[in-house]
Amino acid sequence: MNLLARYAECIFWMARYMERAENLARILDVHETFARDTRGMTNWFSIVQLNADEKDFFSRHDRPTAEAVVHYYMFDTQHTNSLVSMLRMARENARVLRPWISTEMWTQINVFHNKLVEMNGKDVALPNLSKVCTWIKEECQTHTGITEGTFYRDQGWYFYQLGKYIERADQTTRLLDIKYHTLLPSPVAVGSTLDMSQWTTVLRSAAGYHAFRRVYPRGMSPTTVAGFMMFNEGFPRSVVMCVRQIDGLLTRLKSRYTLRNGSEAMEKVDELLGALLARPIEVVIQDGLHEYLDGVQGQLCGITNEIGRAFFGQTVVPMTQSQSQ
Amino acid sequence: MVHTSRQTPLPYGIGQSRALAAGESVSVPEGKATDLLTNYDPGLYFDELFGGRDCPAEHTALIRQRLAGLNFGDLLRRSQDAERELYNLGITFLVYSNKDAVDRILPFDIIPRVISAKEWAHLEAGITQRVTALNLFLHDIYHDQKILKDGVIPADLVLGNGCFRPQMIGLDVPFDTYIHIMGTDLVRDREGTFRVLEDNGRVPSGVSYVVENRHMMQRVFPDLMQDIGIRPVDNYGHKLLDAMMEIAPQDVADPQVVLLSPGSYNSAYFEHIFLAREMGVPLVEGRDLVVENDRVYMKTTNGLARVDSIYRRIDDAFLDPKAFNPDSMLGVPGIMEAYRKGNVALANAVGTGVADDKAIYCYVPRMIKYYLDQEAIIPNVDTRICREADALQYTLDNLDKLVVKPVGEAGGYGITIGPRASREELADCRAKLLADPSNYISQPVVDLSVCPTVTDDGIDPRHVDLRPFAITGKNTWVLPGGLTRVALKKGTLIVNSSQGGGSKDTWVLQDGAQEGSAS
Repeated sequence: MNLLARYAECIFWMARYMERAENLARILDVHETFARDTRGMTNWFSIVQLNADEKDFFSRHDRPTAEAVVHYYMFDTQHTNSLVSMLRMARENARVLRPWISTEMWTQINVFHNKLVEMNGKDVALPNLSKVCTWIKEECQTHTGITEGTFYRDQGWYFYQLGKYIERADQTTRLLDIKYHTLLPSPVAVGSTLDMSQWTTVLRSAAGYHAFRRVYPRGMSPTTVAGFMMFNEGFPRSVVMCVRQIDGLLTRLKSRYTLRNGSEAMEKVDELLGALLARPIEVVIQDGLHEYLDGVQGQLCGITNEIGRAFFGQTVVPMTQSQSQ
Repeated sequence: MVHTSRQTPLPYGIGQSRALAAGESVSVPEGKATDLLTNYDPGLYFDELFGGRDCPAEHTALIRQRLAGLNFGDLLRRSQDAERELYNLGITFLVYSNKDAVDRILPFDIIPRVISAKEWAHLEAGITQRVTALNLFLHDIYHDQKILKDGVIPADLVLGNGCFRPQMIGLDVPFDTYIHIMGTDLVRDREGTFRVLEDNGRVPSGVSYVVENRHMMQRVFPDLMQDIGIRPVDNYGHKLLDAMMEIAPQDVADPQVVLLSPGSYNSAYFEHIFLAREMGVPLVEGRDLVVENDRVYMKTTNGLARVDSIYRRIDDAFLDPKAFNPDSMLGVPGIMEAYRKGNVALANAVGTGVADDKAIYCYVPRMIKYYLDQEAIIPNVDTRICREADALQYTLDNLDKLVVKPVGEAGGYGITIGPRASREELADCRAKLLADPSNYISQPVVDLSVCPTVTDDGIDPRHVDLRPFAITGKNTWVLPGGLTRVALKKGTLIVNSSQGGGSKDTWVLQDGAQEGSAS
């Protein structure tokens, strides 16, 4: 069956917003933990920096207090990067997609969104933040599970997966960046007890601590953690793992449904995968991890644009008369 | 339940901790004499569950007996469960207030409206007759216009009608069917006679609630339904798809059907979703379609793909900015020409609005006589056309006893109900009538039948109407059931969802269904 270009785009973005919401919940949760360890204030600001939201944030808040930042990222409906906005966008996409997705997928997103809107600030005093973040994370995981168990496997499934893995790769680079670049800019502190406990927290926020221990039973260094999160071939949130998925998905999508377009997107994925496999983490760090992560994010954007051009009708190639008969 | 065959037990591995507990179920006790319905009083109205004073409804005996045995708390709880579920499932329509769009459910009442097999056979025949006559009428006025030439219907009423589409003149449509989907609004008077209040032959809505209400009843009230013998309604999508395939261009082997919606911000979007899903066809918006060389295509991930048959939920005026309203952003430029060339089918056909106009409505019985040489099986409500001088005079003289309706409006807007109007409202109505008499019709107040309904004060009578749906491709099929709308506000007669109405599940009983016995 044909898939409407507009549906493909909605599916792709629904998946991205749900994945993004899960990751933001993870990041907020991790920060709450960081804030408990240190003196707080500046750490919260790093989330604003991480998402490049400074200008928008300061147009509505004087200071990046914990309360202001948490509200801004949880409930600010004016702010497109807040959880409530992400859920609204995921739900709007799901609403459009209701003829295509399973009823269970729609119902869960609908109820999740409505509960989040009802919550509106009062339950999320700082001490409750972790609990609320856990709830959001679990709702996102419920979505993932329902999707896995109920979403019909046709073209739509591929666009869903593409959206999810592109977003996840992007979010892993940001999570790494928040620690490496923003949280502790001073090289003096590197290797301190505090530093190590923060790396542990980063790993935990990505549910990767135990897997990391299995690979590195002893010790922990910024290099091994960053390498693990970037390049590990078994860790489901590692950038390489995600990009390999994207690569396979695009190839199968194109061949299984004999889609004419998408070669440029595939080239860009190959390019990124090649770049990721080209240099070991030590070299990457030496040359500057932040710049490297920025570059990966840029390449992921490029892949998204190519997918949009190829499949979402940004350029539509008309069939010839003979083909359409 | 008795197991007649041995099944291989499910294997258990690590983690089995206990056997599953047996599922709980609530059962309805059989009714006693002192019960929930003892104090129920439908007054002078015909009652859908109890019947009329002289003709008690035998076919609902078992249902009444079961209802009577419930306790009110249980009924309320089930009712709340049902509404919660409708909201969670998103079986909602959008209501716009200020700048926000809010999801609202159509309030659902869990006491069903029941129609006997005999009553239904009568309605089914009447609706089929009416659809047939209206299709003959549309074919006639877009071809030879015999009915106008013979003076049965005033020509200016048809040709001067805003919904008459000159683009349709001389165009042949498959099977001469124009109204593929029709919703007929029926009411029941004090004597229990069904009457047609209104025809809906453009884009009638509400059928999704018919099916979803049934699903909801199956979830919250299975014990009430058990062994009653209710005719199913869930094959509507299948029948609709059949009709859409039938009317597709004949040279296409495997026609691509789509549903054309104005989009997710349309208040009936849920219904569009529902129908697209039931038919298993794409739900498209105008921006998904493009016309090239008078053929319609949709934009897919693999370029353009041909579309052959369109169930459109967009009014004529917005369908094609080239042919109709040039400002429409919802439509598809060029689609009318593709339609005229026979390259795409549209349901309903363009230009059906002239047949379901409130002024034309008055002539439908004469139309039936003219084309079919039959009397109308389901009569109209007595209606006066205020464009006629004596009808206007009668209406003005009896304003406080009549219902006055503007002919162009839908959704219950602009109606004045004489007996319930204030002096100011009557004066206002009189002024409007005098200013533009041909914009109005008048009808006596129909004492709409009532049905037991769950209210805050217990089970109370509330007024209901009925909208059955008929699908016509080559032949006409009437969905056994329909949307029963209920005016939830005490005393009100207006059942429209935009005016505080709700809905009920509508049960059409199977022929020879178990009718039980009242104890």
